[in-house]
Amino acid sequence: MVHQHFRLVEPFTVAENIVLGDHRDVGRTFLVHTRAIERRVADLSERYGLAVDPRARIWQLSVGEQQRVEILKTLYKEARILILDEPTAVLTPQESRQLFGTIRAMAEDGRTIIFISHKLNEVKALADNVTILRRGRTVATLSAAEAARRSLAALMVGREVELATRNDRREIGETCLALEAISAEGDRGLPAVKSVSLGVRRGEIVAIAGVAGNGQRELAETIAGMRASTAGTIRVAGKKLKGGDAREAIAAGIAYVPEDRLGTGLAPGLSVADNVVLKSYRRPPASRGPFLILHKIRELAEAVIQRYDVRASGPDVPARQLSGGNLQKIVLAREFSGEPVVLVAASPTRGLDVAAIQTVHAYLRDAAEGGVGVLLISEDLDEIRALADRIAVMYEGVVVGERNAETATVEELGLLMAGGE
Amino acid sequence: MIRIERRLEQPRWLSVVVPVVSVAFALLLATVVLVATHHPPLHTFRRLFEAAFLDKGALTETIVSATPLAFTGLCAAVAFRMNLFNIGGEGQLYAGAITGATVALLLGGAPSPVVIVAMMLAGAAGGALLAAIPGILRAFFSTSEIITSLMLNYVVALIIDYLIFGSHSYLRDSSGFEASVFPQGKTLPDSATWPSWTIQGLVIPLGALVAVAVAAGVWFLYSRTRFGFEVQVIGDSARAGRYAGMRTRRKIVAVMCLSGAIAGLGGASQDGDFRHQLDPRGLIQANYGYAGIVVAALARYNPFAVLLVAFLLGGLQNAGYTLQGADFPNGLVGVLQGLLLFCVLGGELFIRYRLRFERRHAPATESA
Repeated sequence: MVHQHFRLVEPFTVAENIVLGDHRDVGRTFLVHTRAIERRVADLSERYGLAVDPRARIWQLSVGEQQRVEILKTLYKEARILILDEPTAVLTPQESRQLFGTIRAMAEDGRTIIFISHKLNEVKALADNVTILRRGRTVATLSAAEAARRSLAALMVGREVELATRNDRREIGETCLALEAISAEGDRGLPAVKSVSLGVRRGEIVAIAGVAGNGQRELAETIAGMRASTAGTIRVAGKKLKGGDAREAIAAGIAYVPEDRLGTGLAPGLSVADNVVLKSYRRPPASRGPFLILHKIRELAEAVIQRYDVRASGPDVPARQLSGGNLQKIVLAREFSGEPVVLVAASPTRGLDVAAIQTVHAYLRDAAEGGVGVLLISEDLDEIRALADRIAVMYEGVVVGERNAETATVEELGLLMAGGE
Repeated sequence: MIRIERRLEQPRWLSVVVPVVSVAFALLLATVVLVATHHPPLHTFRRLFEAAFLDKGALTETIVSATPLAFTGLCAAVAFRMNLFNIGGEGQLYAGAITGATVALLLGGAPSPVVIVAMMLAGAAGGALLAAIPGILRAFFSTSEIITSLMLNYVVALIIDYLIFGSHSYLRDSSGFEASVFPQGKTLPDSATWPSWTIQGLVIPLGALVAVAVAAGVWFLYSRTRFGFEVQVIGDSARAGRYAGMRTRRKIVAVMCLSGAIAGLGGASQDGDFRHQLDPRGLIQANYGYAGIVVAALARYNPFAVLLVAFLLGGLQNAGYTLQGADFPNGLVGVLQGLLLFCVLGGELFIRYRLRFERRHAPATESA
C-alpha cells in the first residue's frame, strides 16, 4: 500500500526505511546488512526506473522521490498487489509521467496495481479496468477501453436528481467580492491556486464545485487572509485588500466558515462563550480598551445559544464537547453577527446529520437574502444545485468552467470536476 | 498484562484524590527507606513537618525558600499557558540577578526606594531580554524554544561565573586580601536592601509580596484582558488564533518576555532580599529555575496555585536543611524529597490515563 500521506521516518536513510518492518534480513540478527540492502534497492530502482540514492536521508528528498521510496518499499517486500492512493496528488506533471512508466513496468511483471484516482485522464491513460465507488458502494466495473469519459463522470456523480423546488427570489446587487487572477501556494510550496478570477454579487450564492484537494481550501484561506496570495488582487465592495492578513479581511467584512470546524473555526479547549467572541473580542461590547467585560461576553453567548438553538448545557462548556451540528451553529452565528459583506463557507455541511444540514442551508439562504454575497465551496453537487445561483468548477487549482445553476447538468459538472474537458 | 489507556473523561474528584493518594504512597515508600536505614519513620515525618511550618522561625525560612520558587514557577506557568515551553527560567533568573546587582551598585548613593524600584525594573528587563532571544527565534524561525531557552541557561551560568570568578569585573569584590583568595561579589549598598516586615516573629520579605502581586497580576492579565484572551486562544489552537486575526508571532515574543521578566524579578529579589551581593555559586546550586518548572506543573499553571505549591515545596526544602545533621545524612533528606516529587508528578499520569488489567491471551497467535 502506498498511502497518500507517506509513512516514512524522516531522519533515516532510504535503505533503512525500505527494510523497516521487513523481517527477513533484519529480524533474525541484530545487525542490519546495509551493503546488501543497498545493492538490492539499487537493482530494484534501476529495473523500474525509480531513481533514488539508497543512502540519502528522507528529509533531503523531494516529494516525488519520497513516493518512489514508498513504492520501493512494497517492491522490496515482493508485494504482488500494490495499492496506490491518489499517488499523483502531490506530484508535478513530469513526475506523474515517470510514475506512470513505473506502474506499467510493474504491471508487465505480473503485479496487480490498484490505482485510486478521481482524475479521468489518468484513469483512461493507465487502467485496464475501472471500478467506480460512490458513497462507499461499488457502482460499476467496466473496461477502461470501452468506457467513455462522459459516462464515467456520470457514474461518479450519480444520477440526475429532481431538485427541491427553489422558490427563493433574491435581489442580486452589485459585486461585493471580486477575485482578479488570484494565485496561491499550498502547504508544500507548490502552486495550488492558479490565476482564479471570480465575482460574487450581493444576495448571490456562488458555488465552487470540485473534488477536494484541487485548491479550494487554499483559495478560501487566501480570501480569508490566512494565506498570502502570490499574484492577483482581492476586492471587497470595491476596496482592494492587502491580503495575507486575517484581521484586515475580517474588518473588510469577510466572514469565513472554515472546513476544519474544531481547531480553526473554534478553539476546542475554550468555552462556548469564548468562541462566540473569537473575532469580536477586540471591540465593545465584549471588551472596553484592553479589558474584557466578562458578563457581556456571557450575555452574547447566551443569546447565541438561545437564538440558534445550540444544544449546550451552558456558555462555559468547552467547545470540544459539542456535536458537529452545534459547533457549526456557533461558527455561523458568530460569522453572521459580524454583519459580513461576503461569506465564504468551505464544506459547511461535511459530517453533519440531515437535520443539521438543513439548518446550515437555511442559514446560508438567509444570509444571501439579507444581501450577503455567499461563496459556497463544496464537493456535494446536490447541495450546490440546491443552493447556488452560479457554479464555478475548480480542477487542479484552475476554474475550468462556470455555469448557470439552473441550466447546468450534473453530467456536465461531473466531467468538469474530473478534468474531462 | 497491564495496559495504560487514555481516560475518555477526567472526573473532577480525580484532581483532588490523585495528589492525596500520591503523597500517601510517597510516605509509604519513605517509610521503607527510613526503616531500612534505622530511623523511626513517624518521628521523622513529624520532625519534617515541624521543621517546615511549626518550629520557631520555621515559617520565615520556608518563605525565604519559597519566594524564588514562586517567581520561577510563575515564569514557567505564564509561558506554558500558551504552550510555550520556556525552560530558561534558570538563566533568566541569573540575568535578573546580574542586572539587578549592577544597577544597585551604580545607584548606591540614591535614596533607597529609588534603588529598589530601579533594581526591580533592571531585573525584569534583564530576564525579559534574555527570554526574548528564544521568543524571537521561535516566532520568526520556528526554532524549538525548549532547546534554545535551555541552552541559554548554560550560557548565562558561565557569564555569571566569569563575572565573579574569571575576571575583575565591576561586580566583583576586589578590596582586601580575603577577596583576592576567595572571590565573591561586591556587597550591595545598604540602600539596595529590600525591606521586610515582621509580624509576630514571621518575617515577610518584600520579594514575597512582589511574588504575590505578580501572581495576582498574571491572573488578571490572563482572565480579564484581551491580551490574555489571545494567549488562551493561541495556546489552545494556534490556527484558530490566526483565523481570528491574532498576531501570533508578536504574542509569542510578548509572552516569552513576560515570562523572562518574572524570573528576572526573582533574580533581583535574590540580590535585594537575601544575598546582598551577586552570588553565582549560591544561585547555581539552588536550581530555582528548574524547580520552578516542577512548581508550575504541579500547580497546573494556575498562578495562585503556583504560590501555594511554591510555599509547600519551600517548606520541604527548608525542612531538609534543618533536619540534616550527623544522625541524619544530607542524602537521606534528598531521597525523601525526591520520593515525594516523583510520586506527586507521577501521579499526574493517573488523572489523564488509567490502568487496565487483563489476562494474557493464549499464545496460539504467537506461534508464527
